[in-house]
Amino acid sequence: MTKRLPRKDVVIIGLGWTGSIMANELTDEGLEVIAIERGPWRDSPTDFPPTYIQDELRYRVRHELFLRPDQLTFTFRNKMDQTALPIRSWGAFMPPNGVGGGGVHWNGEMWRFLPSDFVLKTHLTERYGAAFLPGDMTIQDWGLTYDELEPHYDRFEYLCGTSGTAGNLRGQIIEGGNPFEGARSRPYPTPAQAQPFSHTLFGKAARDLGYKPFPQPSGNLSEAYTNPLGLKMGPCTYCGFCEWFGCANYSKASPQTTILPYLVRKPNFSARDNSEVIRINLDKSGTRATGVTFVDSSGQDWEQPADLVILSAYTLFNVQLLLHSRIGQPYDPVKGTGTVGRNYTHQTVSTVNGFFDPKKFNFNPFIASGSIGMCIDEFNGDNFDHGPHGFVGGGYMGQVQTGGRPIESTLVPPGTPKWGAAWKSAVKENYLSTVKPGTGVHGSFYAYRDIYLDLDPTFTDRFNRPLMRITMDLKDNELKQNKFLTDKFAEIIKAMGADKLAVQYRTGPYDITTYQTTHLNGGAVMGTDRNTSVLNRYLQSWDVPNLFVLGASAFPQNAGYNPTLTVGALAYWAAAAIRDKYLKNPGRLIDA
Amino acid sequence: MRRPSRLVLTATACVMGAIALPVYAGSPQDFPQVERGRYLAILSDCASCHTVPGSNQPFAGGRPIETPFGNIVTPNITPDAETGIGSWSDDQFEAAVRKGIRRDGSRLYPAMPYNAYTKMSRDDVLAIRAYLNTLTPVRNAVVANTLPFPFNIRTAMRAWDALYFTEGEYKPDPNQSAEWNRGAFLVNGPGHCTACHTPKTFLGGDKTDQYLRGSYLQGWSAPDITNDARLGLGRWSKEDIVAYLRSGHNRVTAATGPMGEVVTLSTSYMTDPDLKAIATYLKSLPGKIEGPAQLAANEPPMIAGAAIFRDQCSACHGLDGKGVADLFPSVGDSSMVRSDDPTTLIRIVLRGARSVGTDAQPTAPGMPSYGRQLDDSEIAAVLTYIRNSSSAAAGAVTADQVSKVRRDTATRPD
Repeated sequence: MTKRLPRKDVVIIGLGWTGSIMANELTDEGLEVIAIERGPWRDSPTDFPPTYIQDELRYRVRHELFLRPDQLTFTFRNKMDQTALPIRSWGAFMPPNGVGGGGVHWNGEMWRFLPSDFVLKTHLTERYGAAFLPGDMTIQDWGLTYDELEPHYDRFEYLCGTSGTAGNLRGQIIEGGNPFEGARSRPYPTPAQAQPFSHTLFGKAARDLGYKPFPQPSGNLSEAYTNPLGLKMGPCTYCGFCEWFGCANYSKASPQTTILPYLVRKPNFSARDNSEVIRINLDKSGTRATGVTFVDSSGQDWEQPADLVILSAYTLFNVQLLLHSRIGQPYDPVKGTGTVGRNYTHQTVSTVNGFFDPKKFNFNPFIASGSIGMCIDEFNGDNFDHGPHGFVGGGYMGQVQTGGRPIESTLVPPGTPKWGAAWKSAVKENYLSTVKPGTGVHGSFYAYRDIYLDLDPTFTDRFNRPLMRITMDLKDNELKQNKFLTDKFAEIIKAMGADKLAVQYRTGPYDITTYQTTHLNGGAVMGTDRNTSVLNRYLQSWDVPNLFVLGASAFPQNAGYNPTLTVGALAYWAAAAIRDKYLKNPGRLIDA
Repeated sequence: MRRPSRLVLTATACVMGAIALPVYAGSPQDFPQVERGRYLAILSDCASCHTVPGSNQPFAGGRPIETPFGNIVTPNITPDAETGIGSWSDDQFEAAVRKGIRRDGSRLYPAMPYNAYTKMSRDDVLAIRAYLNTLTPVRNAVVANTLPFPFNIRTAMRAWDALYFTEGEYKPDPNQSAEWNRGAFLVNGPGHCTACHTPKTFLGGDKTDQYLRGSYLQGWSAPDITNDARLGLGRWSKEDIVAYLRSGHNRVTAATGPMGEVVTLSTSYMTDPDLKAIATYLKSLPGKIEGPAQLAANEPPMIAGAAIFRDQCSACHGLDGKGVADLFPSVGDSSMVRSDDPTTLIRIVLRGARSVGTDAQPTAPGMPSYGRQLDDSEIAAVLTYIRNSSSAAAGAVTADQVSKVRRDTATRPD
């Protein structure tokens, strides 16, 4: 039997980055806020201590911090005529779980999207003509502009203490920063991180080739910082254990380091961990959320009534909960109707590993952070003329190697035997003289008619609900884009002085088994037309106005950058809309 | 005629009886007195001992206080008539707080710091009473005396009082400033700093010649808080002391353990003038001159300790040992590191520690436990090293000392 809890003003589903931001903003407004988190509570000193957090086997190989597929998984297929099967071990992406969400185990790359990314459809159509775009591509404008989002980018950067070099300060291009970035109102709060040898060498080679390299903006801080909430962060020690790991040194921006210690002191905030929300409840009209139902670890169902519901889980879980709660119309790619599950995207990454003369190069790859690196942005978005190339999109590229962690870093030059004494000898010889950029080419992923999310017809979860089905493949446009970018990247690695290159293009079909990034986007996108978007420009549900859906699920398509800074900025943008507009007059912020 | 007169007599007797009953004389409407009492209760940190940690019934008692003689469970000081202090007279309340005399005339144990609270005036103490009387009465009967024989004989405390207790409110020193006098009153009176920071005789009385020079209690060594440059607050500015008491953190160190609780419940709510007064007074207390010579850097434990420090400690505390202000304590500048009694130092490395979150410093960073991956001789070496790095000098820590703290703290809750 479902037990009913006392009503709250706001219920937040998922206490990661966006849930934490929204909880802090709405408790500032005086509202009673409860957050419900599926995973465990996590805190820096108790869960990520420096005595054992740098354990590659436990965290990287065995996925310690992630959701266990036994609890919840998805089915996958490449094409609509295939039968999808359940994912039983995470591969292409890592679904977060627990307080802090992906903010615990991310690398800390803090990129702003380009101004043109927010008006992508309009921009590309005006420059190249509608016929230049593939016929099944369903990209669209976001419904808000870079200039509108800029103050919120700025807030999130200052919350996190972001380390970087400004490239465009109020319209003035600054040497050493990214000259392609949109105008920023303030410099970064802290200077860029120091760059190790191989990253510096990439910068030099790129400059020699005529590019304008700059340090990657980093959520791992170059120096101690006190954020606007009074929380303290320590300087990064360049230990090289960021992605897959929590930060032991209070150096990586996360909900734990930048919001939660402040938030949990507020008397009008409370949270429940180990509690999985299974449904957003609606009233009889189906147009108003009355709260949520969740299940605790004893299997007890609870109803949490609330006036305002914030859905702030990971991309896939946001879409899944909308489908299970029957909010909005599910997307049907055949009829071209519905919106929930539409415009699902990922990232198009590839890399080039460079093998250097061990006698001349010791890169000491252990010294790094998750967002270290020198990058160039010449081939991102529409920073270059796509006319001659026959594709749209692009990405940043750089030497962004995040460490020399031993299990993952046993690279050998092409042609080396795959095992035995010769392999061991090659690992030893090349260990310190190999450049392994990881996600060195970080390309965009645009949206298509037949790449989407829906409910699986066969497989169900532990509550007998249909699993969500992922239909995802790589299209010619993205493969062409990747080929072009990876070749450009290889030229720079070569110019660094590499003897041998291992060029690893992104190739189709889309592979669910090997890690790419956790940057899944879309499925509940924002926009100006309710026929092609789930949310209006304030991330408010068109169908249920007292529901806001935060996170990268709102991206109409993905840009050639890591998504987190934009995810955080959108959370502040939505929070401002709720504080300044919605609370004064609860209802639709935009007429549907 | 007789019947009405009996009625009148009965009614009169009731009124007389009511007047004669020894009850609370204050008024809950006397806002200035209640408010003054609330602040004095903060200064006196009553809530700390008289509340079970984590419970939502402040002042309801029931918390066991560990003493060298056994545990003493604190009484309920909410105004519940039967199990609290609701039916106590003002005189009885004052006698308990300022004189260590229980309602039945027997003696309190000095776990209740009446030897410090006696420095408050009767008016001060009755203001605390007036405040406590505004709280919701909580019914919670507490068996206070759980000491073993012979310490369970309260009459023995008469002799203790004769040796160690001097009744009397604080007398200002006319040669000192008003701020110094306020500080002296706070430290020696309601703040009862001596309870933890002054060493104790085998009978548990203050060693007055070692006033505030650091002591040991409940598995922790409390540091010297005189102006001693090596062991005490000599290298702290007054602002450092104020920041520490207000926020639990400063450029050198952070509060944890029992002092973390003092900051959370008491000093973080004190006014700035009172915190400055405490700093002024503590900075006026002279320190020792002599100290041990620095250990040579080429001694084996120093070499091993330097390597362990670089490997295990420097990520947060820095290669130079200076840490990060308000976040990671400076092992180079912390006087606790050089303390004659290294118990707290050993305990923090063995078991880890967490500083307290306050409104001024909400982060509350933590130090992990190294008890699993460093053995006793390794912990001894790294502590010996940090006690003798940069300009610091302090005696070596031995593996035996580490083993003893490991044993003593094995079953303690943190």
